[in-house]
Amino acid sequence: MPFLEAVRLALQTIRAQKLKSGFSAIGVFIGVTFLIGAWSIVNGMNRYMTDKFAGTLVGVNTFHLRRRPNVNFNVEDSVWRAWRRRPRIKFADADAVTQGLRMPVVTAWYSEDRGSVEYNGKVAKDITLEGATERYFDIMNLKIADGRAFTPQESKAGTTVVVLGYDLAQKLFPGVNPIGRTVRIHGIPYRVIGVVERQGNLLGISLDKFVVAPALSPIQREVNPPGVVDALIVKANSELEMRDAMDQTEAIMRSRRHLRPRQDDNFVMETSEGVLDFWKKLSRILYVVGPGLVGVALVVGGIVIMNIMLMAVAERTREIGIRKSLGARRRDILRQFLAESAALATVGATLGIGTGIVLSLLLKVATPLPAAVSPFSILLGVVVGGGVGIVAGVYPASRASRLDPIAALRQE
Amino acid sequence: MTDVQAFRTGDTPLPDIVILTHKLTRDYDMGGEVVRALRGVSLQIRKNEYVAVMGPSGSGKSTLMNLIGCLDTPTAGEYWLNGQKVSALSDDELARIRNKEIGFVFQTFNLLPRANALHNVELPLIYAGLPTKDRRARAARALARVGLADRMDHRPNELSGGQRQRVAIARALVNEPSILLADEPTGNLDSTTSAELMQVFQDLHHQGQTIVMVTHEHDIAAHAARVVTLRDGLVATDQLRAA
Ligand SMILES: Nc1ncnc2c1ncn2[C@@H]1O[C@H](COP(=O)(O)OP(=O)(O)O)[C@@H](O)[C@H]1O
Ligand SMILES: [Mg+2]
Repeated sequence: MPFLEAVRLALQTIRAQKLKSGFSAIGVFIGVTFLIGAWSIVNGMNRYMTDKFAGTLVGVNTFHLRRRPNVNFNVEDSVWRAWRRRPRIKFADADAVTQGLRMPVVTAWYSEDRGSVEYNGKVAKDITLEGATERYFDIMNLKIADGRAFTPQESKAGTTVVVLGYDLAQKLFPGVNPIGRTVRIHGIPYRVIGVVERQGNLLGISLDKFVVAPALSPIQREVNPPGVVDALIVKANSELEMRDAMDQTEAIMRSRRHLRPRQDDNFVMETSEGVLDFWKKLSRILYVVGPGLVGVALVVGGIVIMNIMLMAVAERTREIGIRKSLGARRRDILRQFLAESAALATVGATLGIGTGIVLSLLLKVATPLPAAVSPFSILLGVVVGGGVGIVAGVYPASRASRLDPIAALRQE
Repeated sequence: MTDVQAFRTGDTPLPDIVILTHKLTRDYDMGGEVVRALRGVSLQIRKNEYVAVMGPSGSGKSTLMNLIGCLDTPTAGEYWLNGQKVSALSDDELARIRNKEIGFVFQTFNLLPRANALHNVELPLIYAGLPTKDRRARAARALARVGLADRMDHRPNELSGGQRQRVAIARALVNEPSILLADEPTGNLDSTTSAELMQVFQDLHHQGQTIVMVTHEHDIAAHAARVVTLRDGLVATDQLRAA
């Protein structure tokens, strides 16, 4: 029997026995749905992390000098306690490093905390308050949508001016131009001079609920103890220069802190790679657990299909006998049943792919998870689905093909 | 007895002998106990003969038909079909012979219940590897030949017993086999329908078809020109009837 004939027969049988077929396709359907869905989440997270997360948090060719890592994962208590005992980074440290670096770099320092911002009786709570130097906007790639950023003079003088994040501006000034108006941060008035372009959100958290004021303005009292910064940010022109700058920074800091050669650094320099490390650890787990679960679903699907096919063979023994009596060879019968189970699995896989894609889109719209369907996973879904069908079909089909025609014909 | 070559092992049959069995035996091993269904059947059937096989129930008629129809293989003895020794062929070669050389009609029709008449008749052509268009045309012609041109898209359960058996005959003949085998073809039919079916067989015989038919009814056997009687797995009588 030609291949096409076998496929046509398989589809006919599936159509004739919709319920049973649907049942047996379900296993593969679930497996493939899960495969597409899970894969798209990991894939989306991955892309997101590399494109956006690390870039937003740290920046390209940029490192942060901090007391301890900002992004961390599964840290032991003892390590954590040691970090807390470290000296903080001071204005003076930041200045010394900035002066000491011998390559062209852009630096800024900042401190942040949460607090509320008030305008005309309206209070926005849980706002990130940033005290930063003027180059912060460039380094963090915050483009000004409206108005301007503060000048080096304002930064040095600690003028009470402020730049608002997009969401905050929308909240406090709906339909009103905020430039030139005065907001209060913990009682102290600041003049709004600019609004930053919309940043969107990160894992569902808005990146636009912040204010940036000069580091030396009164905001410094809200964000850190006197003279202390959260981080010095250094942006170099290239990866290579960044590495050099990190070496020099380490040397400067060690000498300022009088560390002896055997002593470890009591500060960290974080790069976007470091942040990505965190994600890589997490995604490695997902890449192991995910396929494992998918595998289980597919094995279950395969077993269901095998059982259904065995049932089909038992039920259709007489049909097999008739076909054999009319000249069907073993391989014809084998092909017929293999085509049937492969078709079942492929139908399941196709539905699974469709559902998986819909699920991913739903996830993307309805949750902060940045799901993105990977074309490779679709291909894999089809191949794996069809493969499961064929593997699961081999045993029942070979049983069918070896039936003795007379015995098969005698069956009622 | 018909006058034929005295066949010995090592001989080949004469050219116009379609079927030759020589000391054909078939034992069934029933868990230690051996049932000897055929105990040495030697038969020769010429082209365009019309042979009825009779005998009491359990005498080995169906066993013999299954062997002749290549659905089963003998325990010992020789079977030659159209000058080819069949008793030593492989599974696939037997399948090819069933497909091309043999048309089998069963007592219980053995039609695929979910397929319509046309598709049932098409089946042997599918396994012969014919393209769809030729298959359709030939199956339709075969159905027309048995008077079912207007029933092609009916399923077996939409047809009467006689019509089902005609579909089975059309299917048996669609590949123009050298022999038509029928194992109690009227066993499930009433006498009127049986008579009609015998007319179909008669016509086929006149058109040159070689036919071997099992029956235990004398008036059915009366349609054949030659009657072979089996008893206890052996040929008891083998008689030509006056035409
Ligand atoms: N598959 C089988 N297994 C065991 N015994 C069988 C089988 N087929 C037939 N027989 C036995 O062989 C003998 C001949 O059977 P069969 O050829 O069917 O007789 P008939 O068709 O003349 O009634 C009987 O005794 C029957 O019980
Ligand atoms: Mg019988």
